[in-house]
Amino acid sequence: MAKVQLHKLHIRLGERDIIRDLDLQVEPGEFLVLLGPSGCGKSTLLHSIAGLVEPAGGAIEIGGHDMTDADPSERGIGMVFQSYALYPTMTVEANMSFGLRIAGTPRDEIRRRVARAAEMLQLDALLARKPAQLSGGQRQRVAIGRALVREAGVFLFDEPLSNLDAKLRAELRRELKLLHQALGSTMIYVTHDQVEAMTLASRIVVMEKGRIQQIGTPAEVYERPANRFVAGFLGAPAMAFIDGEVDGAGHFRGDAIALTPAVGVLPVPAGAVVLGVRPEHVAIRADGPLRAEVTLVEPMGNHQVVWLRCGRHALGALVHDMRSFAPGDQVAFAIDAARVSLFDPHDGQRR
Amino acid sequence: MKAARLAARLAPHTALLPMALTAIVAYLGAAAWTLYISMTGSRTFPSGRFIGLAQYGRLFDNERWMLSLHNLAVYGVLFVAACLAIGFLLAVFIDQRVRGEGVFRTIFLYPYAMSFVATGLVWQWLLTPGDGIDGVVRGLGFPGFSFDWIVRQDMVIYTVVIATVWQASGLVMALMLAGLRGVDPDIWKAARLDGIPPWRVYARIVLPMLWPTIATVLLLLSTAVVKLYDAVVAMTQGGPGTASEVPTKFIMDHLFLRSNVGLASAGAVVLLVPVLALLAPYAYARARKEAA
Amino acid sequence: MSRSIQPPALDRDVAAPVQPEHGPEQGPVGPAPLPARAPVRGRSRRRRWNPARIGIYVFLLGAAAFFLLPLYVMVVTSLKPMIEIRQGGILALPHAWTFEPWRQAWSGVCTGAACEGIRGGFRNSVWITVPSTLLAIAIGAVNGYALSFWRPRGANLLFGILLAGAFVPVQVMIYPLVRVMALAGIFGSLPAIVLVHLVFGMPVMTLLFRNYYAGVPHELFQAARIDGGGFWRIFLQVMLPMSLPIVVVAAIMQVTGVWNDYILGLVFAGRDNLPMTVELNNVINTTTGTRQYNVNMAATILTALLPLALYFFSGRWFVRGIAAGAVKG
Repeated sequence: MAKVQLHKLHIRLGERDIIRDLDLQVEPGEFLVLLGPSGCGKSTLLHSIAGLVEPAGGAIEIGGHDMTDADPSERGIGMVFQSYALYPTMTVEANMSFGLRIAGTPRDEIRRRVARAAEMLQLDALLARKPAQLSGGQRQRVAIGRALVREAGVFLFDEPLSNLDAKLRAELRRELKLLHQALGSTMIYVTHDQVEAMTLASRIVVMEKGRIQQIGTPAEVYERPANRFVAGFLGAPAMAFIDGEVDGAGHFRGDAIALTPAVGVLPVPAGAVVLGVRPEHVAIRADGPLRAEVTLVEPMGNHQVVWLRCGRHALGALVHDMRSFAPGDQVAFAIDAARVSLFDPHDGQRR
Repeated sequence: MKAARLAARLAPHTALLPMALTAIVAYLGAAAWTLYISMTGSRTFPSGRFIGLAQYGRLFDNERWMLSLHNLAVYGVLFVAACLAIGFLLAVFIDQRVRGEGVFRTIFLYPYAMSFVATGLVWQWLLTPGDGIDGVVRGLGFPGFSFDWIVRQDMVIYTVVIATVWQASGLVMALMLAGLRGVDPDIWKAARLDGIPPWRVYARIVLPMLWPTIATVLLLLSTAVVKLYDAVVAMTQGGPGTASEVPTKFIMDHLFLRSNVGLASAGAVVLLVPVLALLAPYAYARARKEAA
Repeated sequence: MSRSIQPPALDRDVAAPVQPEHGPEQGPVGPAPLPARAPVRGRSRRRRWNPARIGIYVFLLGAAAFFLLPLYVMVVTSLKPMIEIRQGGILALPHAWTFEPWRQAWSGVCTGAACEGIRGGFRNSVWITVPSTLLAIAIGAVNGYALSFWRPRGANLLFGILLAGAFVPVQVMIYPLVRVMALAGIFGSLPAIVLVHLVFGMPVMTLLFRNYYAGVPHELFQAARIDGGGFWRIFLQVMLPMSLPIVVVAAIMQVTGVWNDYILGLVFAGRDNLPMTVELNNVINTTTGTRQYNVNMAATILTALLPLALYFFSGRWFVRGIAAGAVKG
């Protein structure tokens, strides 16, 4: 259970600066998720923590020791790759023990660790098989097992579930969470899937273009996004953004939508703002103060997403009962004023 | 209308007629006829006189033939081993992200663009005792040095090995490099994280993964061995005497010069045996894969 | 822990996250069928010049010297007058450069009866190579197309026989072919040698095109059929226009193979159509009297010039051809 610290990390690949001036602290035992779209630098960051990419500047500390120049195998880390990267010609048992054997670990110790990992991951029956004989989920477990036997202080995961189908993904996601609860190790996890991030993380680091946009618990980044990017990235269906103005008295007006954000959201200086509202905070109610027309209805089984057009804005609304709507219906709705966000129209930052 | 429809439906079959003719007539048919001739007493022209396996008996009593088989075996083992080793080493070293990789690859592969005849002739010149390479070494201060393998009956076959290995190693390198580049990069990362030294990664992980490529290379090299002809003709003409005789040359000489078509055909059939033996596992593996 | 030999693959995958990803990440170039270049390292910091890295370069440079040696000697010998050659020093540069050996080789040396140089062989080789290549590509393309998309009954078996035949030494089939050609009255003529090259070049050509078309999405073919195309129309108007890359590769391989052939030309071409390789061997190995090494080497270069030039100008296609041809279905 080690602490990881990054100081002013600078990573270049070729001519491009991928990451510049990045500071990050990972607390011992926490499950930190690096979340962001393709190309945001999250994988590169993970690889540099692992020592597979050499930083152009800055320092990396793992477990209190400076590991900036250390070899990957000496950093006390274990890593799980997206493509599992199992050694195809070796059995599961050999895959897990190969590194330990090279390092000269005594045989009993190897046996103990492999047995422990196999038990945790339900691999006991599969130890003699080769990767080609395993299913995708099983292979991923073996990859995790290979990292586990290193009994490292930090575990790194590089989008390990992306190659699995949706059902398997959900299953393994829960297993990973249970694993973290059982082991209590520090885990750093990279994904572009916000559902994975929300369900697994103790803290989420949202990244875009090599910069950290926000660090916080899932609740924090979801309910109080630091900027427009984070607000739009988390949550499905996505948050709706409405251009408008706030006057001196704290009233917001954006085309056909008028609203007084709650005290917790204000105070905000008068001027142009962008109002962000999530579909779950748009309620279609007969007594709602605002008017809109239904454009599209998406039934989702246990809820519906009803798309509304209000003036020139399109809003989604989450409806949890079985009322039926049809395109063209005129409805009344309300926006929960306590849960909206306001953003600066120029830099996107939260106001 | 029906005729047109029929023609349309038969179009794939008619289009494949050349291939069918080639496979059945030119390959199978010719091979079968050769087999037939090998069991007759034909000399200059095919005769109908069926003599069973007598030609094969004469063949294996023939000193020149036995020598050619022996030469082929020695040549084959050395050629395949050297090409594999050199080709693999070149591929591995080039894969180490060296500068000028493209230049190196071009240099190692250009011999393959040359004909066997040209290769044989150049190496014949290079290994000429006195005027060739050994002259250079002598000039460097080793007056007693002489490299006269090419005129020695017991060593000449090794010169053919040198020349053809020079030509073919680049091809092996190209194929191995393709195989190496197909290895999942994540495996390298995982190995690095496991603390496994690179040479061990090659030995225990990459090389076993490369088995299909190696099998292909072995097949290509082995069949090239059996087919060896042009290089010998150009480089040593089978000499000195018959010291570098190879089966293909034996067959060609007896077909066209020594007017013993029956004996030559028997030799050709015998030559077919190792090729079929090499192809059989491949055919078997392919059939299994397609059934699965 | 020594970092002597850097495991090769790292930069490649780290480059991947920086590029647009589409769903499950593969390697940066996906499954690479041919040796892609190792990517350029961006990190300029501390190039490790340790013993192992030096050893790699020493080995590679030494190997390069071994591979270049014959070429160098060929060129250098061909530019020396005979006096210098007799003085020894095969590696020495010429003092008195001369192109006379080249002129002699091209138009003066005796090949069998005539002494008109090797240019006759060059002409013959061209006459043999051009039709052989064009026809072989045409047939190979049609074969590959039919095998890939139409798959008539028994076609795969025939293809299997064809492929097996490619591995069999030509001596197994040569005599019956000679007799058949003699019976047909075309033995020892240009059509004979072209036909023979077609027969023996068909396996590789068909393999190249079949593998290429196997990479074309089957849906494309199905869409063309729905649009009403028949066998030939789809081939000529849809598949063939898409096939330029493989046609180039096939052309390079066939031209090289036919130009460099010796045995088929020797047997089937007839005295008037002997290809350059046969004439070259005649010039060098059947001369009486003193050997003109410089002329010999000039003649060798002239013979090897076309495929070598083709190789040096089209390296990548050449390699692609090897990889594609050597990958068995």
